[in-house]
Amino acid sequence: MIDVKGLKKSFGEIEVLKGIDEHISKGEKVVIIGPSGSGKSTFLRCLNLMEKPTAGEILFDGQDITKLKEKDIDGVRQRMGMVFQHFNLFPHLTIKKNITLAPVTLGLMSKEEANEKAEELLKRVGLPDKANEYPAMLSGGQKQRIAIARALAMNPEVMLFDEPTSALDPEMVGEVLELMKQLADDGMTMVVVTHEMGFAKEVASRVMFMAEGYVMEQNTPEEFFANPKSPRLKEFLSRVLV
Amino acid sequence: MSFIDSFKQNFIEADRWKYLTSGLANTMIITFFAVILGMVLGFIVAIVRCTYLKTGKMKIGNALCRIYLTVIRGTPVVVQLLIIYFVVFASVNISKTVVAVIAFGINSGAYVAEIVRGGIMSIDNGQMEAGRSLGLNYSRTMGLIIMPQALRTVLPALANECIVLLKETSVAGYIALNDLTKGGDQIRSQTFSPFLPLIAVAVIYLVIVMFLSFLVNKLERRLSANDRR
Repeated sequence: MIDVKGLKKSFGEIEVLKGIDEHISKGEKVVIIGPSGSGKSTFLRCLNLMEKPTAGEILFDGQDITKLKEKDIDGVRQRMGMVFQHFNLFPHLTIKKNITLAPVTLGLMSKEEANEKAEELLKRVGLPDKANEYPAMLSGGQKQRIAIARALAMNPEVMLFDEPTSALDPEMVGEVLELMKQLADDGMTMVVVTHEMGFAKEVASRVMFMAEGYVMEQNTPEEFFANPKSPRLKEFLSRVLV
Repeated sequence: MSFIDSFKQNFIEADRWKYLTSGLANTMIITFFAVILGMVLGFIVAIVRCTYLKTGKMKIGNALCRIYLTVIRGTPVVVQLLIIYFVVFASVNISKTVVAVIAFGINSGAYVAEIVRGGIMSIDNGQMEAGRSLGLNYSRTMGLIIMPQALRTVLPALANECIVLLKETSVAGYIALNDLTKGGDQIRSQTFSPFLPLIAVAVIYLVIVMFLSFLVNKLERRLSANDRR
């Protein structure tokens, strides 16, 4: 589904991604972990061209999206949902409007269809009574669940999660991870950057370790955590799995 | 001379109060249309500048806007008014009111542009990213997500700019335009008594400004009440 070839990304002088070759198949749940500054968020953000790669190709269903025009990139992004660390809900719109804005504006659904979809999604994320409230009235965990619902409203083929629980109070992490687990069980293709090792163990079909701009090691979660091979990963795991 | 005699001489005799009313009408007309022109110009310039700052596009547009901002904010409005009247429109037969609207509108646009630009840049970049990640293009994200939020934050500052503009039009007399200030001054030159006509002019400005400020205050309170929801 997504093929990454020789992906490099520099910010000015600093090379953050130093050449990544990766394949993500339909239905996979790829969890990316690694120390901060390792390039994992940048890698994720390159997948929907939030960051423009400096070199390399990203093939989405066989099409190199790095060569696309701005207009066609918008089309690709409609098929990839993204969830941010800081939720980025639209504070001037009600929850329902947050969810329906994109599909209605882009002409993918009529207003009625979108509203129905929004209600269904709100039920799915467990917040059916919040439709007419504003984001400011929600807790962090609720906001992130709405952000997930907003992305799902576009019926995406892939969901990209950029540290979705890092900005949450500890007691709210669970509800978001639980929702992501459901999403995974429903067969959604997911790429998740996170520090939640428990989530990686339980949900991932593949765990990827990034450091210094490379994918250093990857494996099934069982193997990954039980038998880390590179010294860099061993050191990292020893620090996070106390 | 008693106050009543002086009042009669300055305002009643020869219908001199009409200088003030027609002057006030001109002042209001000029301010109204200059505000509209200033807002239109200001928003265009702000959007061009922000598009350049955020995406790197519109390089030439941004350069032009910067020249505009530097020149307009770096020179006195009276000088701009005189240049537009005596140089730009020197050989054109054009109403002074139109000239004043153009001059004050262009002047105000520069200040509006910087206010609006500040408002747009104050919106967290995550809002743009969220919009774009949903597949909305740049202009739709700008129009539906960034601008409504930016507008709310800058509305009081924009309203204040209108108040400033109202007072700035008082230099329109430099091109012999009969605005409120000029009207008072004309009464003074006829009656040789400066006190009443000039104080009357000042009071009229003050009352209008106080009324407008009252509206701005109300607006601000309503906006901050909405923020708490």
